[in-house]
Amino acid sequence: MPLVENGKLVEDRYIRADDDAPLPERVPVLVSAKRFLAEADMLVRRDGSLGVIWPNDRRVAELKPWLGHLALIALEFPKFRDGRAYSQARQLREILGFRGTLRATGDVLRDQFTFLVRAGFDSFAVKKPADAAAFAASIGRFSVFYQPGADGRISALRRRLHTTDAAKTSETV
Amino acid sequence: MYVYDAFDRTLVAERVEEFRDQVARRLSGELTEDEFKPLRLMNGVYLQLHAYMLRTAIPYGTLSSAQLRMLAHVARKYDRGYGHFTTRQNIQYHWIKLAELPDAMADLASVGMHGMQTSGNCVRNITTDQWAGVAPDETEDPRVFAELIRQHVTLHPEFSFMPRKFKIAVGTAARDRAALRIHDLALQLHRNAEGEAGFEVMVGGGLGRTPFLAQTIKPFLAKRDVLSYVEAVLRTYNQFGRRDNIYKARIKILVHELGPEAFAKEVDAEWQSIKDGTLTLDDAAVAAIADRFFYPAYERLADGPPQLAEARRASRDFDLWLGNSVANHKAPGYAIVTLSLKPEGGTPGDATAEQMDAIADLAVRYSFGEIRVGHEQNLVLPHVAQRDLSAVWQALQAIGVATPNVNLVSDIISCPGLDYCSLANARSIPIAQEITRRFHNLDLQRDLGRLHVNISGCINACGHHHVGHIGILGVEKNGEEFYQITLGGKADEGATLGTLLGPAVPYGQVADVVEDIAAAYLELRERPDELFIDTVKRAGIEPFRERVYATR
Repeated sequence: MPLVENGKLVEDRYIRADDDAPLPERVPVLVSAKRFLAEADMLVRRDGSLGVIWPNDRRVAELKPWLGHLALIALEFPKFRDGRAYSQARQLREILGFRGTLRATGDVLRDQFTFLVRAGFDSFAVKKPADAAAFAASIGRFSVFYQPGADGRISALRRRLHTTDAAKTSETV
Repeated sequence: MYVYDAFDRTLVAERVEEFRDQVARRLSGELTEDEFKPLRLMNGVYLQLHAYMLRTAIPYGTLSSAQLRMLAHVARKYDRGYGHFTTRQNIQYHWIKLAELPDAMADLASVGMHGMQTSGNCVRNITTDQWAGVAPDETEDPRVFAELIRQHVTLHPEFSFMPRKFKIAVGTAARDRAALRIHDLALQLHRNAEGEAGFEVMVGGGLGRTPFLAQTIKPFLAKRDVLSYVEAVLRTYNQFGRRDNIYKARIKILVHELGPEAFAKEVDAEWQSIKDGTLTLDDAAVAAIADRFFYPAYERLADGPPQLAEARRASRDFDLWLGNSVANHKAPGYAIVTLSLKPEGGTPGDATAEQMDAIADLAVRYSFGEIRVGHEQNLVLPHVAQRDLSAVWQALQAIGVATPNVNLVSDIISCPGLDYCSLANARSIPIAQEITRRFHNLDLQRDLGRLHVNISGCINACGHHHVGHIGILGVEKNGEEFYQITLGGKADEGATLGTLLGPAVPYGQVADVVEDIAAAYLELRERPDELFIDTVKRAGIEPFRERVYATR
């Protein structure tokens, strides 16, 4: 499955560890939520980046005590139409302040990219190679957005106010 | 009306190009129909029985003459010369070719129109009172907040793949003309004890298989908090709404299963974490939208000009139409004129390209270039000078939209039904047409008074049958069309769901049953001015049931 980060195709640095397998040292590993919750104290002390795969029917607030130790959170889209992970992503970014990598996994298709970026994802395990290749073109399609999102882009409403203020200022000068 | 600026125009144009690319990928086979489906749906494109259908948004039912002319152009160029106005104040075209859809959308975009979010599991067209801005009983224009919400939810990164569709309505008048309580989320403006205006928030309304009326989860929400609170409701629904069963996926089921108090608590917890953030609406933010609404420069006129009195004396037909289709306006000397799209034997809500062009011209001449679409599937000229009413009436008569049956038994709300829709179990339009023929005598209709008949061709309830004074629901029994009749529903500020009258009746008997119900009402009412709905409330449905089933 092609992985896109920073707009480019990249190799996945993370090793997906089975729940009962011993974890290699000093390599980035990705564990299930079940294993993470059972072994969190030990996992966060381990040497090497840690990522967790978090299901879309658990509250992300459960991760709050560990967010500073997590380098990556992978959120799941079991189906294109199941959009729960968009809410999880925005909560992680905008409310809980998670600054690590947020990866979209599962049924991740081209026409979701803009929504995903705006919800705060910065890593994309894309289903189809052709879609991964079209990433940059796809997220460049829209130049304006009405609402603020986790990507920090200013909303049309605020831009309008800014423009009006600027116009007023220039009038008075 | 709201006038698009460069931001709005850019976004719509970029959306058309995105859709053009998606259609090209579908036609080349790069996208499967399954993958294409949610993409086309979010642009209002359905696959129906005969062809693709395009649903175009008419935000809160307000149109300019230029926009209505473009709707006529699309009907003529890409469809079969007509369009169908819906209960969500939208218009649908039923015969569009997939390959031509991007061009049709580009044409619509040239006047700031689109099909964004008229379908799919996102926030749909925001609706409101079709008399917004002109109704005497309104405290302020509901469209400002409808537009703020519309912009906020358009291509929203978080709420484009919710469990199911989400319908929002806004009301600010004393009378509810927007059917607020049948919406997933409804906002009704009130003043609190301190005189501050704010919104009552209702959630969980909806018809369909399991009808519910929305319940109040917040009695008073300050205006500055509208966007953050709506965001909290949507986030709660997006995470916890059911996704295991399409029939249980609407927010009404979540609210019902959790209970409104527990649901409100979830929303409040979410809201506390975002309420004082970037979504807070200061006065400048509200003004930035309000300033883009165009209001007519009314002349200083007096009510009841001499020309009007003279025209009423000269023509009984004009006088009857005036009494039926013309309402009071908040500006003296002006009136609100409803154009009936319910002629005898016609398809409720249909208008031809020629009618749309003619209405657009009349709006320029007599209504400051503005037209409204109501959820009852009629059109409105919202700013007509009373002195012009006679001339307007003659012009409307000439194009067949002056039937004086507004709010009467033949002013039927109906979905397209099995004639077009792949979801339907039964036909709706021919039932509506037959009822209008049975009640072709307008004196009888006037005697029956206000009487709303609503027809849905399946349980999805697009014709809002649950809230019709007489509701008609098409079902299928052993391959035949049958119809369940409900009585006593209403969608106004006293919203009520109708009660089932008895066993379903076959297609051929529906109009007979409606005639029996009407006859029973005439006998049962205590006074000539006791409305049908009030008689049903007072007498109950039993006497109607006896009358209808005594001989069946």
